[in-house]
Amino acid sequence: MSQWVINGIRRGIQTTAYPAKPETAAGVSPGLPLGGAYPLEQMNSLMARCPTRVFSARDGQLVVDERHCIHCYRCMHGANQPVNWRQDYEWGTIRDGQGEFGRPFEKSIHICVMDAGDCGACLNEVRQLNNPYYNMHRLGFFITPTPRHADVLLVVGAVTDHIKFTLQKVYEAMPTPKRVVAVGACALTGGVFADSFVCTKGVADVLPVDVEVPGNPAPPLAILHGLLVAVGRKAPWSPAVQAPPEKETPNESGHAAAASARTKA
Amino acid sequence: MNRNELRNEVERRWPGQAQCRYNGSNCEVTCTHAVLPELSGRLFLEWNYSFGGLIVEEGSDEWQLRYVFYGDGEVGRPTDNGFVHVPVTAPLADKTFPSIAKFVHAADWHEREAEDMFGVVFEGHPRLGDFILHDDAWQEGVEPMRRSFDAQAAMHHRRPATDWRPRRIVQEPGAFVMPVGPKYSGVTEPAHFLLESVGEDVIRSTPRLFYKWRAVEKLAEGKTPDRVLLLAERFAATTAFAHGLAFCEAVERICGANVPPRARILRVFLAELERLRQHAGAIQEICESTGLVVANSQAGILEEDLLRTSGELTGHRYLFGLVALGGLSRNLSDEACAKALEQCRRTLKLLNQLEQRLRVSSSFLDRLEQVGIVPQRTAWVYGLLGPIARASGVVRDLRRAQPYLSYEDYQFDVPGETEGDGYARLRILFAEARQSVRIMEQAVAALQTQQSNNPIIHQSLSLGAGAALGWVEAPRGATFHWVRLNDEGKIVRYHILTPSFANWHGFHLAVEKFAFQDFPIMLSTFDLSVAENDR
Repeated sequence: MSQWVINGIRRGIQTTAYPAKPETAAGVSPGLPLGGAYPLEQMNSLMARCPTRVFSARDGQLVVDERHCIHCYRCMHGANQPVNWRQDYEWGTIRDGQGEFGRPFEKSIHICVMDAGDCGACLNEVRQLNNPYYNMHRLGFFITPTPRHADVLLVVGAVTDHIKFTLQKVYEAMPTPKRVVAVGACALTGGVFADSFVCTKGVADVLPVDVEVPGNPAPPLAILHGLLVAVGRKAPWSPAVQAPPEKETPNESGHAAAASARTKA
Repeated sequence: MNRNELRNEVERRWPGQAQCRYNGSNCEVTCTHAVLPELSGRLFLEWNYSFGGLIVEEGSDEWQLRYVFYGDGEVGRPTDNGFVHVPVTAPLADKTFPSIAKFVHAADWHEREAEDMFGVVFEGHPRLGDFILHDDAWQEGVEPMRRSFDAQAAMHHRRPATDWRPRRIVQEPGAFVMPVGPKYSGVTEPAHFLLESVGEDVIRSTPRLFYKWRAVEKLAEGKTPDRVLLLAERFAATTAFAHGLAFCEAVERICGANVPPRARILRVFLAELERLRQHAGAIQEICESTGLVVANSQAGILEEDLLRTSGELTGHRYLFGLVALGGLSRNLSDEACAKALEQCRRTLKLLNQLEQRLRVSSSFLDRLEQVGIVPQRTAWVYGLLGPIARASGVVRDLRRAQPYLSYEDYQFDVPGETEGDGYARLRILFAEARQSVRIMEQAVAALQTQQSNNPIIHQSLSLGAGAALGWVEAPRGATFHWVRLNDEGKIVRYHILTPSFANWHGFHLAVEKFAFQDFPIMLSTFDLSVAENDR
């Protein structure tokens, strides 16, 4: 027994400094394509290469709908003029749901994780949130097996016909106020399964979705950001403020900054 | 048994009713319906051929069923790859075939799937229906994989009946059932289990799966291989690279493509990186299920380390978008691979230390030793695959038996255990992780010798009509992807045979006659993926 203790101590603290400081380790995020000004020819080529309608052109700018991105990297590898890429991870956005929770839920929430037909990757990334690197307990986020104790329903996967009924029942079993966080391209748009006759085009077809986290799969830090957005401790990502990652945001003032950013938006 | 012995044996036993033909390096045994069950039974039970799966295709005027068996082959001889295909046909109007499940129990679920998807009936099968299409939610007569099925038409699906109850088997006084799922526990994939009991021990455990059925095979029809590759990678993404690779192997086989040598080496490297990561994840889940908190944390660190290594090397933590038809979508530099290997070595060292400590933690071992035992014969009969089978003494690995990607050039061992309990399955995971790093070391060394030769990692294919099987030893076991293309190079039939499908079939063996509280632990030692099973 003692050697477990000794070894645990010897391993030291591995936990990320996020959200207080940005995480800088390599390989924590698959990144997303970056919109902006591109030559017309390149925009057309990028739009042709993308299998999931991520890109569109508006006023000579390339507009990126990252909710559709399935990380096939076809706009990057093998492309003559690859798209610019951003390696951040704060991807949580607010969908027109019921808005934020309010102060009572800011410090601690219980999360019910519902797999509604994902490929295993998003679910595995949610599981990583409990490992020492991300350790979401420190932020007051707890996973609960039962919807009766849950404040937030975290849904992954393109909702299949067989699970749709269960998903609705789980949602109905949750006490109010409750929020839904949809994680991953499949949960947002159906991803590669959108055309399947037994899949929906995202959780929003079934439930009111409050926060959306894109990615295929969404990396753990992006999911964490989505949860922080859901409780109002972080500002949601928006294209206007995409470039500089948010500076230091300690708990209290961070909330104020986030709230003011949201009211402006 | 080599192919000449097989031919002699087939001709001696069933003269005029069955014959061996060689189609390239494949061996095809054609036979009449009457002979099929016995022939399959002898291949499987006497002649030591594993059952790969059943592939059903609806031709323009006939049913084409293909039973795939595979033996050890003759390594280094391209004439005999060890595969034995048993094709059987019947006119479309005649939907009845003999069931082989009586002799080949591994084919049980395959026949049930074919019945659900195509409406083909297997005479003699004890339990058809209510499999992929849940009976309470689908109308009778829906056969989604038939060509006549219109997926765009109004839904044939109805809201599941709220009064649905699972079928009970144990009817003794005092017997009770514990339904588990589909939503259960913390972070789990949906599956329903009916645990029947008369006290402490589970007597029967009946899984109900396919809550995550996304009809991937139907979705693939009519699409180009380039698009379907996206599906192949994403239907079970914890082993995305292996499935993408199996699909590419199949298409490349149809086109007769030669994948450039550098791409082959990199594919081996990435496939082993994925195996290492997946095994670390499986080990973490076992530690978590036994409630050993420090071990759980330490294994979690190692899994995340490997995810980050993958992310740093390739850009994606689950190796999406790497494998491409005809090679890889991008080159990886020797230095980047060497760096990733160095990180893997470091992780492996910690993994070995973790194993050393787990081996002396009696509270941990008590939960795994002598629990969830699957004997060798049962593992064979159920056609279990991968680390689960190898822990029970069924040591067959496609990398060794039917080498693809020049795995024959690599030195590695296929670890095997005989106990078949939860602890044996854990030991196999650790042993295979060591072998994976050993293969990666050889791959990096091979890259450096190839360095001056050729940086080409991709060959473009000319798609044409044909059908082929692609096979890969995925982290969870053997996977087979059957692809048929038409003249335009579009997919006509795509069938995925996954290791989780085989292992879910046999999972109940590990929980029956053992106590309730062992159930989650056994579930974690089986390392099952619902996504991979449901497709």
